[in-house]
Amino acid sequence: MKPPPFEYRRAEHREEALGLLAEHGDEAKILAGGQSLMPLLAFRLARPAVIVDINRLAGLDELHMEDGALVVGSLTRHRAIEKMGGIAERCPLIADAISHIGHVAIRNRGSVGGSIAHADPAAEWPVIALLLDAQFEVESATSSRTIAGPDMFSGYMQSGIAPDEMLTRLRFQLPSAGAGSAFLEVARRHGDFAMAGAGVVLRISDGRINDARIGLMAAGLTPIRATDAESMLLDQEPADEVFEMAARAVDPAIAPLDDVHGPADYKRNLAYVLTRRALHLARDRAGVT
Amino acid sequence: MTRDVTLEVNGDPVTDTVDPRMTLADYLRDVAGLTGTHLGCEHGVCGACTVLLDDRSVRSCLMLAVQAEGHRVTTIEGLVGPDGGLHPVQDAFSRHHALQCGFCTPGFIMTVVEYLAEGGSDDEHEIRERISGNLCRCTGYHNIVLAIQELARQNP
Repeated sequence: MKPPPFEYRRAEHREEALGLLAEHGDEAKILAGGQSLMPLLAFRLARPAVIVDINRLAGLDELHMEDGALVVGSLTRHRAIEKMGGIAERCPLIADAISHIGHVAIRNRGSVGGSIAHADPAAEWPVIALLLDAQFEVESATSSRTIAGPDMFSGYMQSGIAPDEMLTRLRFQLPSAGAGSAFLEVARRHGDFAMAGAGVVLRISDGRINDARIGLMAAGLTPIRATDAESMLLDQEPADEVFEMAARAVDPAIAPLDDVHGPADYKRNLAYVLTRRALHLARDRAGVT
Repeated sequence: MTRDVTLEVNGDPVTDTVDPRMTLADYLRDVAGLTGTHLGCEHGVCGACTVLLDDRSVRSCLMLAVQAEGHRVTTIEGLVGPDGGLHPVQDAFSRHHALQCGFCTPGFIMTVVEYLAEGGSDDEHEIRERISGNLCRCTGYHNIVLAIQELARQNP
């Protein structure tokens, strides 16, 4: 359980990091918080020739609200957002979800950008990104571009970031004031990898739902938006039977796998139950406008 | 290729030459000789290797020693009082029988030191959630929770 040998490069500024990525391409791996990469190294599931440590780079740990969006530097630690004032009131979805990311010692060190770049469908930030129409700013030595939420998750643990690119800034569009949101997850033990998780955003106006978003984690090869279930909610009254119908409609959108933690059928049932409960919770939290 | 790393361990500035792939946990045990930090799973699950990095809990198996450059690391050895006595958290664990074999204990203690420094409450649910990242196979956690509750109530 020791990491394999690699060349360690501690980037002191952004240009140096991007230069190393340009030079080494897919032989290089960025080390941010290390809470996923270090276990991969320990298991020898990753054997990068070069590790580019970006922890010294200035300006990658920003965290603020701007034009209704939560702007997060790629190196911002989970714990910084957890401790950010007002986040639980403004967007309980985020606060709910962060509490499920490992444990405090993991959240002290792990970074939001690392979680997105790792693109694990059983992780919390990727599904939050889908629910909150995230925009990701990436840079290479020669160019910069913005990746939109769904394009970031192209396959199982595959991000849309090219080997010579580095994620620098994430922008999560917060639901408008008065919207309700919730995130629920089931794992074998608190902080373990999720067996299922569901996030919901609901906005209710004049007794009708006018914005509905449902996201599922650990339910397939990528994080998933259940768009058919979402459209069943639109223009409906936020009634229990409507939620029941929509939560049932999540099933065709997901494809959980049998594994040591549980059979696929069980995870499908979890996805239904968690979606239904999250809808109820989001309704309770939604202001009536 | 080795690399020099300069850091502060339990208040003392040190410089050592390490292989970049050496974890902070292995550095503390094998180079610094501080074997109070225990290594269970070596992949970030068990919490036995928890230390404080600039007063925040981290898993020392999920960090490279070279990444500790310029940082302050506190291990279980660093909690010893000026008279060589037990730290209040160690003392509470001892009195409440919050350990049996003791393998997980240093990780628990470091986790609890951070919890109390943040003003953690004596709420059982909050305490159990906070220690959920530390595995103990002997105690069933019950006496650990009692020890932490007592500490939280006495916390200034």
